Amino acid sequence: MQKNNTKIKALTGGYAVAEAWRQIQPDVMAVYPITPQTTIIETYAKMKADGLVETEIIQVESEHSAMSATIGACAAGARAVTASSSQGILYMAETLPVVSGLGLPIVMSVSSRALSAPLNIHGEHGDVMAVRDLGWIQIFAEQAQDAYDDTIIAMKLAEEINAPVMPIMDGFHTSHTTERVEILDDGQVKEFVGERKVDQSLTDFKNPTTFGTLALQNTFFEFKLDQEKMMQSAKTAFKKICSEFAKLSGRKYAMFEEYKMKDATSVIVIMGATAGTAKEVVDKLRGEGKKVGLLSVKLFRPFPYAEIGKALAHIPKIAVLDRAISFGAFPPLYQDIVSSVYHGSSRKPDIASYVYGLGGRDTMQKDIEKVFQDLGEGEIGSKVKYLQ
Amino acid sequence: MEKGGIIKHDQEKAPKTGDWRYMKPQVDASKCIGCQTCVPHCPEAVMEMKKRSKKEVAVSIEFVKEKELVDIDFEYCKGCGVCAQVCPVKAIIMGK
Amino acid sequence: MNKDLTKKFSSGHATCAGCGIPAVVRTVLGATNDPVIVSNATGCLEVTTTIYPATSWKVPYIHSVFGNAAATAAGIDAAQKALQKNGKLKKPAKIIAFGGDGGTYDIGLQALSGALERGHDFLYVCYDNEGYMNTGGQRSGATPYGANTETAPAGSDSFGKAQQRKDLMEIVKAHGIKYLAQANVAYLPDLKRKAQKALNTPGPSFLLVLQPCTQLWKFPTSEYVAIGKLATETNFWPLYEIEDGKYTINNVSKQPKPIEEFLKTQGRFKHLFKDANKDVLVKIQNDVNASWEKLLKKV
Repeated sequence: MQKNNTKIKALTGGYAVAEAWRQIQPDVMAVYPITPQTTIIETYAKMKADGLVETEIIQVESEHSAMSATIGACAAGARAVTASSSQGILYMAETLPVVSGLGLPIVMSVSSRALSAPLNIHGEHGDVMAVRDLGWIQIFAEQAQDAYDDTIIAMKLAEEINAPVMPIMDGFHTSHTTERVEILDDGQVKEFVGERKVDQSLTDFKNPTTFGTLALQNTFFEFKLDQEKMMQSAKTAFKKICSEFAKLSGRKYAMFEEYKMKDATSVIVIMGATAGTAKEVVDKLRGEGKKVGLLSVKLFRPFPYAEIGKALAHIPKIAVLDRAISFGAFPPLYQDIVSSVYHGSSRKPDIASYVYGLGGRDTMQKDIEKVFQDLGEGEIGSKVKYLQ
Repeated sequence: MEKGGIIKHDQEKAPKTGDWRYMKPQVDASKCIGCQTCVPHCPEAVMEMKKRSKKEVAVSIEFVKEKELVDIDFEYCKGCGVCAQVCPVKAIIMGK
Repeated sequence: MNKDLTKKFSSGHATCAGCGIPAVVRTVLGATNDPVIVSNATGCLEVTTTIYPATSWKVPYIHSVFGNAAATAAGIDAAQKALQKNGKLKKPAKIIAFGGDGGTYDIGLQALSGALERGHDFLYVCYDNEGYMNTGGQRSGATPYGANTETAPAGSDSFGKAQQRKDLMEIVKAHGIKYLAQANVAYLPDLKRKAQKALNTPGPSFLLVLQPCTQLWKFPTSEYVAIGKLATETNFWPLYEIEDGKYTINNVSKQPKPIEEFLKTQGRFKHLFKDANKDVLVKIQNDVNASWEKLLKKV
């Protein structure tokens, strides 16, 4: 293990992601600013201006063009990436299923943020939930360290299976908070991601290729099933790459993290930055003798239904905390967890739904404690509760 | 099926658009002056110049380019009639 | 199949019989011997030439969505520059973006503007058939005043489109690019010359090419060249170039034909010949005259 080459820095999530990009050095980055992703692209632009990177950066005129230019560059055989949040992701939304449909290995760093209206620039998961069905692999980070690591893992994963990946960090809570981050050695990162293996591209003039055909009723269905196969293959590829990354860095990532779940009677399922707060609460309550635990989901799409179902099968009381609201329905993570338990166990799931942290609202330890208290007192209704 | 519907050109897979036709262009060899006006205007690119036979050349007298005349590939010709319309000497007639 | 003309774009595609688009494409692609990469907006050209499993394109080609032909071209440009820098690409291709008026004047205008402003190396060719023709003839920002379209139809209460066309040439010129030109599929040698000039100009260049649509301008399948010529002979569609801000008009007819000669050939203007719409005809002629005078002053 080459851990003696790592540096320890105090970085915000945004800066940590930019640092990962500096070490990966994509060929092309087409970006449009939007809070709270801007620190990534501003940091990267300064790195270019100071001669630290050679990336062709296109400062496009909209997010729709950002993803479009990234599509063009990637199809032309370059390693192409972008970054966005919130309204920007929705602005480019029509291009997202195209990236997945064409099997282009694009990585988009996301600093997730609320959706308007009213306008809100702060952190939650509304934006990435809105696009969860479009065929992008979605990975959630808890801390700035994860944000850095996920960027590197995402690049390798995307190119391994030729599928797009969205590494996500909570806007402001992770992107703008300074934390302790271990940075790998430049050479290690370069070796880990390697060179992109291009099997067909627009710049292969000897084998002219048509990207983006029209498929009629007789073939479209099968193309989508092919695409789903690609998504499902991401689970195995993700596990493999995480284990390779663990050898490199000493940090082990998995599709989800089970925290003190072995003999837990109440478990909170959560994703992203607030998992950190929840872990503190678990530690505190365990200290008081309460059998509580946490399941933090990292790989959200493709969703590991069977594996999570198995992990939760023996847990009597579960509360799922979503940092997004799905109007007119149960929130997204809750729905997936109910499906996991439904398919993974013969019992009727006792799962409570909570929504927290919308529009960047802070979630305090006492809020998480209240959830465990509710579970303990048998408060598992079918109505969504809100940690306001 | 190719992944993502990403494909390479294969003429065999192209539709034989000649079967769209209900009118067919006929070149009157005695009138064609080989000016090539029709060639680039054809939407299907089925017009190509071919050399006249020696017997034909001996008969024609006036125009320099007349040594060639236009030939039509009916596999793809849709019978639109653009060639007949642009011909400056009306050497192409659309018929059933 | 004509071997020379089908080197880059084959026969056997689903364009309407008598469509003017293939001639535009073949002429532009034939204007260079360098490798080319095509970025195409959704529309007539794209849909008719890439129906799985067949593609008419014998050059590298990409289509993704409707309004992003220029943005995609920008990405390809950056990729070629990056790949040359790291030795993976020896000689870059000419990047040619094709878009209809829908994908250029309207939904694609922003992407075009951004790509022009950033100075990417590419040629944008807009084949202008004055409406959203692939989807059945809805009005676009390029549809002429008084035209009957599906979404701005003529009726007892309406004479068709009540707005003027956008002056896209002026919009593109305002970006300060080195070469842009207005051309017409009825005049192929002129189009080829302009395409050659554009492709030899570093940075962004732009061609706006009139493409009469037999299906939705409603005229017989054989007439796109004849009607295209009338468009220019009436000064409705002048042929001109703007090089480094300097205007050159390519053909000045001493006696332009009255606009009615152009309008009466197409079903989309049939309603203008009713008594009730007499004023509209007069206004159209006056507008054509005024635009022509305005253009003359710029030379």
